[in-house]
Amino acid sequence: MSVPLLADSRLVAGKDLRLEWRSRVTTNQVAPFAILVLVLFGFALDADAALLDRATAGLYWIAVLFSGLLAIQRSFAIEAVDGTRDALRLSGLDPGGIFLGKSAAVAAQLLTLEVVLLGGVAILYGTDLAGVGLLAATCLAATVGIAAVGCLYGALAAGLRVRETLLPLLLLPVLAPVLIAATRAFEAALGTVGVNGWAWVTLLAVFATTYTALGLACFGSLLEDS
Amino acid sequence: MEPAVDLRAAVTLLGRFPALAGVDLRVDAGEVVLLRGPNGAGKSTLLRTCAGLLAASSGRAHVLGHNLADGRERRAVRRRVALLGHATGLYDDLTVADNVAFWGRAGGADDADVAAALAALGLDGRLASVAVARLSAGQRRRTALACVVARRAELWLLDEPHAGLDAAGRDLLDHLVRDAAAAGATVLLASHELDRAAALAARHVTIAGGVVVEDSRTAAPAPPTIQSLPVAVAGSSV
Repeated sequence: MSVPLLADSRLVAGKDLRLEWRSRVTTNQVAPFAILVLVLFGFALDADAALLDRATAGLYWIAVLFSGLLAIQRSFAIEAVDGTRDALRLSGLDPGGIFLGKSAAVAAQLLTLEVVLLGGVAILYGTDLAGVGLLAATCLAATVGIAAVGCLYGALAAGLRVRETLLPLLLLPVLAPVLIAATRAFEAALGTVGVNGWAWVTLLAVFATTYTALGLACFGSLLEDS
Repeated sequence: MEPAVDLRAAVTLLGRFPALAGVDLRVDAGEVVLLRGPNGAGKSTLLRTCAGLLAASSGRAHVLGHNLADGRERRAVRRRVALLGHATGLYDDLTVADNVAFWGRAGGADDADVAAALAALGLDGRLASVAVARLSAGQRRRTALACVVARRAELWLLDEPHAGLDAAGRDLLDHLVRDAAAAGATVLLASHELDRAAALAARHVTIAGGVVVEDSRTAAPAPPTIQSLPVAVAGSSV
């Protein structure tokens, strides 16, 4: 990977993270929303503790996907105000670098949210967080995949007036394999089902690698044409 | 010497509408050219075409030696130009200094270039740490101009650059344009404020209906009357 590409990605990631730090949207809105989703699932399933125990992994990843959607929408909403999208095109930054930078910033926010949510399921659902290595590997691989797909489809929808409603429709079906694989890997780590969790992590890694490569190849065209 | 802008029968389409309908314009390096004409004449489209944001669909369109009909060439020319349009291109939640640093570094500027640009626009004091969302329209315009200065561009494309600026800001802008030209940059500015803009440019080009209808030269513009500002152009020694 070329040095200018990495330098551009660092610049963009730094800018996006600084924007989030100053606006506090992730900490003040997205994180509370994610916790709220967990709480509501808890209310819905509290009467059946065994069911809640079995469903914890799936509920966790649905909460991650919903809050990830918000983070991805926010990442592209900031590029739709006062000509910043044109300025980004005009900046001379490598489109691949912009893609990697935006993906890295979204991934960093998602990883933070996932840690918060892990604390949430431990406290709210009484989940014993066993298999830390598998949990960490699952979070890492799934997050890279979600961020890469999110930034690819975020750029696709960014130029459209209906982007806020269109993005979830485009994104959630594509992220279905991540939801399935991450849930199975988590279930293995938590001991809810007896499957090979690392095989699911491998699938997540393949997904993440594929969409990162696709993003590097296509982001420039999406930035120009959408 | 190769011209900075070389358009011959250049056509730019916005959808199916030919916003530029066969423009002929040659601008030499270091020239300051005023583009004038009624609303919808094609001035902004011409600037955006020269910036590499719009493709020329037919005719010859070369800017700084790059053929704008080619997508890769259009992307390459963007590193060498700076465009100040109607929108500022600033992030509201970032500070003035953050914005200038980001857009400056994206264009290859270093810390010294960024600091010099902030100082040149009078943004290096308390304002540097203020979020752009809290700025007045004129201060936003100054910040956007600082981003242009920090890029050390070879071609400055300014669309109504005086709009929103107070008298002091307008004087400052005029001096920046003159200093950029003195440092070797080429400047194309579109403006309806003819009294002020005409004094900056020795050449006035009138556009109407997407074509150049008049191209005239005037006496050399008045020289700057205040101390020169630290405007630099990539590749120049100034």
